[in-house]
Amino acid sequence: MVVNTSLDMDIKKLVRDNLPYRRPFLFVDSFDELSEDLAIGRYRYKEDEFFYTGHFPGNPITPGVILTETAAQIGLVGLGIYYLIKEEKVGQVVPLFSSAQVDFLLPVYPGEEVRVHSQKEYFRFNKLKCKVKMTNERGEKVCEGYLSGFMIEKS
Amino acid sequence: MTREETLDKLKEIVKPFIGDGVKFESLTEASDLINDLKINSAHVVDIVLDIETEFDIVIDDDSINDMNTIGSSVDVIIKMMP
Repeated sequence: MVVNTSLDMDIKKLVRDNLPYRRPFLFVDSFDELSEDLAIGRYRYKEDEFFYTGHFPGNPITPGVILTETAAQIGLVGLGIYYLIKEEKVGQVVPLFSSAQVDFLLPVYPGEEVRVHSQKEYFRFNKLKCKVKMTNERGEKVCEGYLSGFMIEKS
Repeated sequence: MTREETLDKLKEIVKPFIGDGVKFESLTEASDLINDLKINSAHVVDIVLDIETEFDIVIDDDSINDMNTIGSSVDVIIKMMP
């Protein structure tokens, strides 16, 4: 793969395009920032996301597990893919979510956009651990916690 | 630091990661971290990071592969210490 890392805008788009997820389980619209220690990105929950029909009927609220997944796709996998692109390894490695410790503070409704801010705690022995914070459009904290995962070589 | 002291410090580091149903008292140098102590493999990295902090050493990718048992971990720690 040919990667021009001098164009900052391109790498954000490249990371977005190289995420392994697809609809209806892709929860990343774009990245605002990506660096060695930091990932910031956003996602707007569509009115017709598949989980709203059951969570809850007539009272749609974004499930905490989906908020966690969103934080992980942006904060953990986004950062991981960014490292891989820098090392020109994309495609040979699969991200594996290993642990989440998250507090949920406010509900997120259909149509709302969230912003994920993820700070690297460490990346050692293929394990990436990040401190993540999610905010809504009013800048209010929606959830926060710690997420970890591994980068596994595809066999 | 003697081997005994190193072992005692390591046991304290490992203690919070031991799996359900495994008795801390049963831990010996022969105990395998994953198979005997039922430590989640994802937590082995956290144990290694705690070891680095506690003993002020840096453990590389090759050395972590030698840290399968409590005893072999003590060996790696002793080898890395100045």
